[in-house]
Amino acid sequence: MSAVLSADGALDSALQKSEGVWHAAWRRFKADRVGLVSLIIVVAFLALITLSSTGLVAGKWQAEVGVPNAPPTFVGPAPPQAAGAIETPKGPNVDLSAIDPLAPRYKEWEERSKQFATAETVKAETLPFGADRLGRDVLAKAVKGTEISVFVGVMAALVATLIGTLLGAFGGFFGGKMGDFLEWVYNVFESIPNILLIFAFAAVVGRGVQSVVIILALTGWTGMYRQVRAEFIKHRSREYVRSAEAIGASSASRMFRHILPNVSHVVLVRMGLLTVGFIKAEVILSYLGLGVRVDQVSWGTMLAEAQSELILGHWWQLAAATLFMAVFVTAFSLMADALRDALDPKLRGLE
Amino acid sequence: MAAYLIRRLWQMIPTLMGVVLLVFFLFKYFGGDPAEVLGGLNASPDQIKAIRQQLGLDEPVWYQLWLFVKQIVTFDWGKSWATNEAVSNLFATRLPATLTVMIPILVLDVLLALPIAMWVAYKRGSLTDRLIMVATTVALSISFLVYVIIGQYVFGFQLGWFPVQGWSDSTLNNLLVYTPLPVMLAVAVGIAPQTRLYRSFLLDELGQDYVRTARAKGMTEGVVLFRHVLRNAMIPILTNIGLQLPGIFVGSFLIEVFFSIPGIGREVLLAVNRSDFPVIQAVTIYLAVLTMVINLMTDLAYKVADPRVVLK
Repeated sequence: MSAVLSADGALDSALQKSEGVWHAAWRRFKADRVGLVSLIIVVAFLALITLSSTGLVAGKWQAEVGVPNAPPTFVGPAPPQAAGAIETPKGPNVDLSAIDPLAPRYKEWEERSKQFATAETVKAETLPFGADRLGRDVLAKAVKGTEISVFVGVMAALVATLIGTLLGAFGGFFGGKMGDFLEWVYNVFESIPNILLIFAFAAVVGRGVQSVVIILALTGWTGMYRQVRAEFIKHRSREYVRSAEAIGASSASRMFRHILPNVSHVVLVRMGLLTVGFIKAEVILSYLGLGVRVDQVSWGTMLAEAQSELILGHWWQLAAATLFMAVFVTAFSLMADALRDALDPKLRGLE
Repeated sequence: MAAYLIRRLWQMIPTLMGVVLLVFFLFKYFGGDPAEVLGGLNASPDQIKAIRQQLGLDEPVWYQLWLFVKQIVTFDWGKSWATNEAVSNLFATRLPATLTVMIPILVLDVLLALPIAMWVAYKRGSLTDRLIMVATTVALSISFLVYVIIGQYVFGFQLGWFPVQGWSDSTLNNLLVYTPLPVMLAVAVGIAPQTRLYRSFLLDELGQDYVRTARAKGMTEGVVLFRHVLRNAMIPILTNIGLQLPGIFVGSFLIEVFFSIPGIGREVLLAVNRSDFPVIQAVTIYLAVLTMVINLMTDLAYKVADPRVVLK
């Protein structure tokens, strides 16, 4: 008898304190050591990005602080080059003022130039991780590049997620004519090879961070749409949704207050994959000159510069961009994988 | 079969119309004014007006759409805005170079990734399997650009085994001298994701009951793997190859840019940089058609690979 009672009691407490989806996911995530380490790395990167976007770190990445192509400190300064200086002519200065058409104005220009102070800065021979062609600090550039590349990837993934989720929700929930129409739009976007679609959009939208975000989002929402649509079709006739309908919940309320929280883990996992894909796409677009503007820096523009520097033996810019990108993308992918396993083990193998 | 084919072709029409509408309106309302692009910076208002009239830009939208459709159907896209070369001629002369590079890449990709994937799947769970999986994760996170930059530098510039870039008029010479380095690099980069994919297809099959049965009745491992598992894994593998096929006609943009190969991909990229709309529009639309046709052929290939498949 007492055994039965205690079993009842356990059931009661379990009912009262049923573990939420997010809570359970966090518990599973915490047990995943690889996921946890990658989460820490990603958070560290995000902190770095916040610092650099507020200008606390790498705010002066455009300052030419070193000599051109200054090597990293641990390599040591570059050997002095035999400068083939032109010999100064030895003869006396010839007075040309009689025939020099500019001669009358030399005085005036001298006066004017006195109004400006020129500061002679000492250019460093070496920098912590070297300098680029113009003598800008590669480390600061890499930090700034991380900010732009990651920002583009995350923003584009957010916008694409928004488009894909909204269209998928409407297509899956209502079906019928609207569903057919959205399926048609999806088929149209899918029938054009992705990279070509990106180029077609790039041809009309132009350059800049915002343009890249728009291009990537408008061409990359299809996968999200497809998956959200499938989930909504599955959920729309489930009992909890029908009960909500019975008590008079509107379509919008059923879609976004009842179903959406139940499929949000699918959206989140897909968004992680999208971010990685978009970061890689931004790097390639920027490399090809279709990405960020010339006065900005991203991993892609760094790689574009690094290509010609490598031939001269200046490997540090290439190494810095590659290292930052490899660490961030690996950590982010592993974190997304761990998140997927924690949120829904059934989704394993989805890529 | 014939009924299936006809129905599939019939279903392509609305999608195709969508692609035409998308491309038309994208360039019509979001692209710059073609007359200003064509006229250049020094064009007088009269010249701009003349160009507008010539292109039919003063006509109503539906008439312009009709002109656009006529261009598509007659394969007459006029001339490139940037180089004044006929667009059809541009395709005809750039496609061979693209195919010379891309076909070896696709063939080698499949021929190399499949055996590796089979071997890895067969040894699943072992240290080799896990090491290869970790290696592919890290390898995938480094941009494609880095591999090509370093590969070109090391093999072309430092070691001098291959020319850094270039192209000639003879196909044989191209295949033997200029393509080996780009093909090698592209395959080296592509092999990691392909291996992962094929491994997952094969693993799905290796867990099936028929594999156990085949082993139980005394089949050798070779027969089990090649005659039973491989044939069953053929459908996802075919799908994957079908997905990649349209890509060989545009080529890898990056490979063509890096190695100065005069192919379609490089031409499209140049067109994007020069706002050369006819070239981009033509490539986009014909490639969409090609993609749909290839998808249909992939579906037909399922029937050959697996007679149990019912086309409906």
